[in-house]
Amino acid sequence: MRSERSLAPYLLFMPTLIYLAVFLVYPLLKALFMVITPEEGTGYTLANIYAVLSDSTFWEALKNTILLAAVIIPLQVFLALMLALFVNTKFRGYMTIVYLITIPLALSDVSAALMSYNIFSPSGYINKILLNLNLIKHPIYFFGFNATTSEFWVIVITEVWRATPLVFIILLAGLQMIGREYFEAADVFGFTKFQKFIYITLPLLKPSLQSALLLRTLFAFQIFGVVWLLAGRDIPILAGETFYQQTELQQYHIAAVYGFVIALISILISWVYLTFLKSAKEV
Amino acid sequence: MDKEKIKSLLTFLIAGMISLWFLTPIIFITLSAFATSKDYYNPNYIIPRHYTFSHFYKLFFTLSAGHATLISLSVAALTILLSFLLGVPAGYALSRYKFKGKNTLKLTVLSTRMFPLMILAIPLLIIFMQIGISDTLWGIVLAHTTMVLPFVILITSSIFAGVDIAFEEAALIFGLSRSKAFFKITLPLALPGLAASAIFAFIMSWNEVFVASILTLQNRTLPAQILSTAMDSPDYYKFTAGFIMAVPALVFIFFARRYLVSLWGISLK
Repeated sequence: MRSERSLAPYLLFMPTLIYLAVFLVYPLLKALFMVITPEEGTGYTLANIYAVLSDSTFWEALKNTILLAAVIIPLQVFLALMLALFVNTKFRGYMTIVYLITIPLALSDVSAALMSYNIFSPSGYINKILLNLNLIKHPIYFFGFNATTSEFWVIVITEVWRATPLVFIILLAGLQMIGREYFEAADVFGFTKFQKFIYITLPLLKPSLQSALLLRTLFAFQIFGVVWLLAGRDIPILAGETFYQQTELQQYHIAAVYGFVIALISILISWVYLTFLKSAKEV
Repeated sequence: MDKEKIKSLLTFLIAGMISLWFLTPIIFITLSAFATSKDYYNPNYIIPRHYTFSHFYKLFFTLSAGHATLISLSVAALTILLSFLLGVPAGYALSRYKFKGKNTLKLTVLSTRMFPLMILAIPLLIIFMQIGISDTLWGIVLAHTTMVLPFVILITSSIFAGVDIAFEEAALIFGLSRSKAFFKITLPLALPGLAASAIFAFIMSWNEVFVASILTLQNRTLPAQILSTAMDSPDYYKFTAGFIMAVPALVFIFFARRYLVSLWGISLK
């Protein structure tokens, strides 16, 4: 590590800082400006914010986004923990399973949504299988504006399939960092497997669990592609409404308010998480 | 002995179920992407019996998927180029120098990830309209670079940290200049890791759909094109498109599998 007083590191960092100032900070400020100025005309106004807050679709979108997150995240964390614990027993050929589990990591939400549609659509695999087993006479319609409940659960399944691997890989990395000596000591004291899990694995896995939770929560509030493709606006969500206001209605300033709500929620989540983590470290 | 056997049989069964859960959707979409439409819509065939390339052919040459794929590939390539030009020096500075404000800079880079792309896309569209690059691939490249840059900096800094500084110092002793030492010694040693992070950046850009959809109308990337047209197209086009989107991901996992855990480990910190 070089520590001589030189300008080199600053010069090396300069292009990045300039770029982020132009393409991150400036657009953010512009978005803030859009929130507090009218679509047409001059001056400052709270009308955009008022328009969004008094729109029942906004509250529905907020509710759906939170509801999806509340169902999806616990499922993902639970399943990922089970998968990581299973893989971490390091049976023969476990790396193959790790590769298989991580395949969806690199898949886009668009791809995953279409894979899901392929399974649940009227001429999809589930319907074909059930028809061939004579369990149903007519295909089940999982999609459509009068099937929002089944749409909701198809979205949950798709997101669990697609994003559990992300949690899995964080937890697996966390598990692999736990030293064997803890378990050897536990053996000396005659701990059962369950006791080892509760008193050793879980506490030592806490940092990984926390960062997995933070990431998943941040991403969950930005959920877009899967919902947009599978349910459209049958199930309004925050990012979907941002998109709708921007591209269909071309209400750029209203869209900016929606975008800001997502950003504020993200900052709030990060802040809660960081203070939570900090206090946990001090203990 | 028997207990051992039962245990390994159980492990085998669970591993099999996990594989099925993760592979089935991919196998199914592959079958549907190549199935003839007659077989796909025939409720009596669960597994299609006749396969064809015609959906691919039509998507690519008659419909706009060819153009969109080309744009997606160009956007991803240019995003990698730009984000590496900007990010590799910054990552190198983080790994090799001690300097005042280093932690602040690192935190700044990290904190940019708190801002969702949704909030960036809207003002960027207006800015790009003002400077005349709306609906061009350059607009998407600039936005994607903002998204990818923090990852590139963090990943490359940890890759450079993994290259022993002693090699570089030895080169300096033998009279190479600092920049020559970097290009002749450190860079070649860091190359495999950098290649893996380039693929990572490629996937991020290739998959990104929200910003790309907002910034373009005519010159859409593949996911943006799929988002706006797929649900009004016949089913078999949906699955062919979904399959085309998935192929780079599958290739990526295959080639970057050795780096998988560490890459995501770094990017998720």
